[in-house]
Amino acid sequence: MSIVTVILSRAFKAFVTLLAIAVLNFCLLHAAPGDPAVVLAGEAGAADEQMIEQLRERFGLDQPFYVQLGKYVGSVLTLDLGYSFRQGAPVAQLIAERLPATLLLTLTAFVISLVLGIAFGVAASARVGKASDSLLTTLALLFYATPLYWAALMAVLVFSVWLGWLPGFGYETVGAGYTGLARAFDIAKHLVLPALTLGLFFMAVYMRMTRASMLEVSQLDFVKTAKAKGLSGPAIRRRHILRNAILPVVTLAGLQAGQLVGGAVLTETVFAWPGIGRLMFESLAARDYNTILGVFLVSAAMVILFNIVTDIVYRLVDPRIGAKA
Amino acid sequence: MNTLRATTFLIAATFAAPLAAQQSGGRLDIVVQPEPPGLMMGLVQNGPTQLVAGDIYESLLRYNSDLEPQPSLAESWEISDDGLTYTFHLHDGVKWHDGEPFTADDVVFSADVFLRETHARLRASLAYVESITAPDDTTVVFQLKEPFGPFINAFEAGTMPIVPKHIYEGTDYATNEMNATPIGTGPFKFDEWVKGSYIHLVKNEDYYLEGKPYLDEVFYRVIPDAAARAVAFETGEVDVLPGGSVENWDVPRLTAMEGVCSTGAGWEFFAPLSWMWMNNREGPTSDVRFRQAVMYAMDRNFVKDVVWNGFGKVATGPVASSTNFYSDDVTQYDYNPDKAKELLAEMGYGGEAVRILPLPYGETWQRWAEAVRQNLSEVGINAEIDSTDVAGWNEKTSQWDYDLAFTYLYQYGDPALGVSRNYVASQISKGSPWNNVEGYENPELDEKWAAAAGMVNAEDRAAAYAEIQKEIVDDVPVAWLQELEFPTIYRCNVKDLVTTAIGVNDGPRDAWVEE
Repeated sequence: MSIVTVILSRAFKAFVTLLAIAVLNFCLLHAAPGDPAVVLAGEAGAADEQMIEQLRERFGLDQPFYVQLGKYVGSVLTLDLGYSFRQGAPVAQLIAERLPATLLLTLTAFVISLVLGIAFGVAASARVGKASDSLLTTLALLFYATPLYWAALMAVLVFSVWLGWLPGFGYETVGAGYTGLARAFDIAKHLVLPALTLGLFFMAVYMRMTRASMLEVSQLDFVKTAKAKGLSGPAIRRRHILRNAILPVVTLAGLQAGQLVGGAVLTETVFAWPGIGRLMFESLAARDYNTILGVFLVSAAMVILFNIVTDIVYRLVDPRIGAKA
Repeated sequence: MNTLRATTFLIAATFAAPLAAQQSGGRLDIVVQPEPPGLMMGLVQNGPTQLVAGDIYESLLRYNSDLEPQPSLAESWEISDDGLTYTFHLHDGVKWHDGEPFTADDVVFSADVFLRETHARLRASLAYVESITAPDDTTVVFQLKEPFGPFINAFEAGTMPIVPKHIYEGTDYATNEMNATPIGTGPFKFDEWVKGSYIHLVKNEDYYLEGKPYLDEVFYRVIPDAAARAVAFETGEVDVLPGGSVENWDVPRLTAMEGVCSTGAGWEFFAPLSWMWMNNREGPTSDVRFRQAVMYAMDRNFVKDVVWNGFGKVATGPVASSTNFYSDDVTQYDYNPDKAKELLAEMGYGGEAVRILPLPYGETWQRWAEAVRQNLSEVGINAEIDSTDVAGWNEKTSQWDYDLAFTYLYQYGDPALGVSRNYVASQISKGSPWNNVEGYENPELDEKWAAAAGMVNAEDRAAAYAEIQKEIVDDVPVAWLQELEFPTIYRCNVKDLVTTAIGVNDGPRDAWVEE
């Protein structure tokens, strides 16, 4: 099967999956207690029947469930994410406003975790059983086991409150009026703590997986052959072992990449990072249906997209996969 | 030497006062939590919206901490002796932020057309209004059908925000594009809202009060995590933590910092009072002896001292002591577990389970529910906690699906505006969490509430409300808990921030920063 056919067939399946996800999301959300009209009325500190009815009508909640569902599916098919009545703006615009911040955070964390994770994993496997291996493995275990929320708070406490090296929260210095490079540097400073906090967990996962996989592959016969040929240790590790050991890491990276757009609710909350994760969480609390459904749909699309990308990457890394299929 | 130093200090202090003239310039960073859903105050009236938009929009009056009316858009006003005609004389030369002149027509449009459609709380007061007219550009007359004692309290910015007629007349208010860039008459103009980060307001250079506002700009900062908000204040990122924006246990640590001040003032108009609704319709809570037992079983002083770190005051009944017409001549429910057990034995309570619904507003409320649950268990009440999120809480309370439910409500300065709605039978209506949710019915008292609202003379009203309080406290329709205090924490060089009964909500108009 050529790559083009694979992509086409996967795209069709993806479309069906996405539609099913949209319907499921809609049903689940409407099954949750509470609705946006009552939440809005509740926040106003006073409400009468007229107000609740007005709001229901505006949200379209006065219609039968199947009509609401039909309308929603119709708008999804026309790529219309709808309007957030709570925030008074189109959902697509709300998501677009938050997307750059989220991508900056998750991509940075992704790259940090992938690069460092693989590097440390290779390093640890090369020194298996030695003190430096134990140190790296223990550190990885620690990062892996530490709750993200706690790690984030501790990072703020140490680097922001005690040492005062880095800003503890936010996307940039508010009202400073930086432009160009100064602004980029300012954002980068704000990015350090959240990106590291978010990246450490995945770094630990990649490292442990790379190390285990490297050790497994290094026992195989072709490695012995390479050694017999007289190749140097580093060359064997890079060209022969790592290339074969990387597949499980690619799988996992594909999973993480799929979540890039979904944002990181906890990290974004603790560091007041204005991303999509918070938009989703806050919309959920307010039962802002259109916004939550929009975020869910975009995230689901990303997961599916990155699954396809992962499949393609598999073929590039390991040509045997395409041949077999 | 000591005497001399003390004297010098005294002299310095005496002379320092007049020297401390207001300085113009500077900026304030204020926490807003949670992020408001919108800033058009005619459409949204929740706390965060008013905190920010209270600088953009104004009403006819402001109120000092004794709840006495003060000039705002209205320079002066008269109330006729029969209490039926309210005449307001507006400031001359007031302009909207887009440069259009503000006139009496805007007031008529706001109160009579716009807010009648969008503002449930004001609608209840407007039911007493016969007509609203503008005899000339700077005069507005409210003509009432019958006297309504608390009507003078209805001219607060969150209750009657004045909105621009030239922008909203004839449009669909909810979807008007100008909602995103609100236009008011207030001391600050809307500049920018970066969703999830901050809202930026800038000084209104054409403000009608000479020299005001003093500040150049105000940033409202959105920081979703309570611990991060505390850190933001500690590291100097923000200058003001409005009441309730950090957890109670962080308050002593923050106020102990150098150069940090705090005040409990600025909540007199809202006077938040907390209680547990007790379902009067069914289950053990429908028995008045059970409800009294709950009152005796709770150690409310313990909660105040421990859960609320000493902030607030144990409530004696339905009216908060900081508002008008409070009376303490009522049955006092002290902590008395033995009496609670007696009452339970007398009614023959058989251990039926009661569900406690905590208010999902953070750790303090969760702990409060746990404390109450333990108190109730100690007298033999089989209580369990039934937690949910905000939307679920709204749903459960407004559909009456609870036994005991925590809540708190603003009193809006007058029992007829913020108290009676929770106890009169006409306010029993499914679908809203802000009315007589407990289902208390007492036709005799209903008449007294109505009569008290219609009295013109304040002394008569005080007597009528004292009588109501005495009676209702014996019936215990709800379990009154505490008058809540939410201290505002700020840097001491921020001056005159809290000067009115709604505090930071309209504080930046007069606030200034000392260099």
